[in-house]
Amino acid sequence: MNRINNKLQEDKKILSIYFTAGYPKLDDTVSIIKELEQNGVDMIEIGLPFSDPLADGPTIQESSTQAIENGMTTSLLFEQLANIRESVKIPLLIMGYFNPMMQFGMEEFCQKCAAIGIDGLIIPDLPLYVYENEYKTLFEKYGLKNIFLITPQTSNERITEIDTISNSFIYMVSSAAVTGSQSGFGNEQIDYFKRIADLNLKNQQIVGFGIKDEETFNQATKYQKGAIIGSAFIKYLAKNPVNMIKEFISLIKK
Amino acid sequence: MKTKYAVDEYGFYGKFGGAFIPEMLYPNVEELKENYLKIMAEPSFQEEFNELLKQYVGRPTPLYFAKRLSEKYNTKVYLKREDLCHTGAHKVNNTIGQILMAKRLGKTRIIAETGAGQHGVATATVCALMGLECIVYMGEVDIKRQAPNVARMKMLGATVRPATSGSRTLKDATNEAIRDWINNPVDTFYIIGSVVGPHPYPDMVARFQSVISKEIKTQLLEQEGKENPDYVIACVGGGSNAAGAFYEFLEDESVKLIAVEAAGLGVDSGESAATSVLGKIGIIHGSKTLLMQTEDGQITEPYSISAGLDYPGVGPLHAHLHDSNRAEFIAVTDKEAMQSGLEISKMEGIIPAIETAHAFSVLDKKQFKPTDIVVINLSGRGDKDLNTYIEYFNLSD
Repeated sequence: MNRINNKLQEDKKILSIYFTAGYPKLDDTVSIIKELEQNGVDMIEIGLPFSDPLADGPTIQESSTQAIENGMTTSLLFEQLANIRESVKIPLLIMGYFNPMMQFGMEEFCQKCAAIGIDGLIIPDLPLYVYENEYKTLFEKYGLKNIFLITPQTSNERITEIDTISNSFIYMVSSAAVTGSQSGFGNEQIDYFKRIADLNLKNQQIVGFGIKDEETFNQATKYQKGAIIGSAFIKYLAKNPVNMIKEFISLIKK
Repeated sequence: MKTKYAVDEYGFYGKFGGAFIPEMLYPNVEELKENYLKIMAEPSFQEEFNELLKQYVGRPTPLYFAKRLSEKYNTKVYLKREDLCHTGAHKVNNTIGQILMAKRLGKTRIIAETGAGQHGVATATVCALMGLECIVYMGEVDIKRQAPNVARMKMLGATVRPATSGSRTLKDATNEAIRDWINNPVDTFYIIGSVVGPHPYPDMVARFQSVISKEIKTQLLEQEGKENPDYVIACVGGGSNAAGAFYEFLEDESVKLIAVEAAGLGVDSGESAATSVLGKIGIIHGSKTLLMQTEDGQITEPYSISAGLDYPGVGPLHAHLHDSNRAEFIAVTDKEAMQSGLEISKMEGIIPAIETAHAFSVLDKKQFKPTDIVVINLSGRGDKDLNTYIEYFNLSD
């Protein structure tokens, strides 16, 4: 079974970390992944940098710009990850925008992911109907899970549609916002967490956007299976060396 | 009627278009998609739109027979005078339409992106007209280059927010506007300035701009006794003035369409914005279209002396017109465009925007028959470009 789905069956709240491949330094990718796993992170989203990341805030955009300047490319990322499964056991996803994948060739991209041992993809700007009509078969052929997003504005009808087509987890955007733009969760968000939990969807949900410390992690995982930290981790990496990742994780998961 | 060049139900023109947007934008874009045609068809909408175009914008704009140019190039040259629109360019046709759309959808806060500032000014203008809050995103670099337009927007009551990410120009201003929309999904309407972005924007903007070609038909009938010209020529950045000038002629292939792109320092110079030559199919700002990018799919920074043509993509309609050979694409360098700008000024007493000047260079590049009716869309006036003209031709000496 897919590593993501195995992980989702464990009786624990899932901490997933996003980082941008090639940031802060070009060759940090593998060491960041290893550090994260060793310090108890349950799942990792490897960001494929893009020049124009629409759904992300300034922190992730700047890290992407830096990564591209450092020389990160799609092929290089695959090279860096070639032997990652010799040591890393936790689920690994690639999160990126559609254009770089399209230029690489979607079939070749999926093939490479499968060969490396990537478990799923998060492509915020790949629309549901395009996925269904053009890429679903491809993803299935290579055993990749496609992760869809929902937001507080997503209608119940569409949530049902997304739940039907998903078969791992749903990425629940905590509020209508780009990444890295909130400070703590208010009642509105807590209500939304609860509302989605009450829908009893077949797929569990993992909350992203606005998770940055123990408090927000606990709030987000009260009703949902897990939470994803992105911008806060990128900010930490900007100031601290890779071997200090332990500190960051220990502040979230005590 | 079977149409070859209209958008299909999924928002595609051939293989270009669609709505490649993050889920956060889905409700907004869906709401617009579900309603735009219905709202535009309402008699009260049409009435208000047409009345504002007439009394506020100053439409219909003249279709002027350019006698001296016609003599020089031995053909019949007509100029569609969009430069005479209020605010100085065709841009306002679209912002009038979109602000009425925003009001009917109950939106209270307007955002827009701008490069040179023309669309920003046109948006700030209609927001002032309607008393709505207006926030315009503009690249930090462009804010410095286009100080007069920044001042105009401020006078009109808009807030100008600098885009400080990436290359700090139009592409980044667009990213920032989209982010604002993601962060404010309920009360905010995004007025896009060209036939770009996710469906239904390219189609909606083309429809609002189609008034240009509708008028050309009526005016040609009066002046030449026939509705259709032999050629329509327009410059293309994102492509809104070209979309408007081509619109009514798209399905009639006897009318030849010429889209003029900015070659910058030359198509192969590395400093160019000729997307149809240098671009590959990909995704930019929610649309599948031709765009300038690296091998690895990173969007690159174009160059043109004209800020309005300085966009790394092109609207999906134009990508389709290029792909299907419905329109001929011609690239014009900075130098050629600047010379044309000067020539039109001296020969017809009209100082064109530098964007528009590119379209005029086609007269030097292509041979027309004496009987040909050639309509050039004079999309904007050159007041905003005076500094560039002054520096380029050392006019202050």
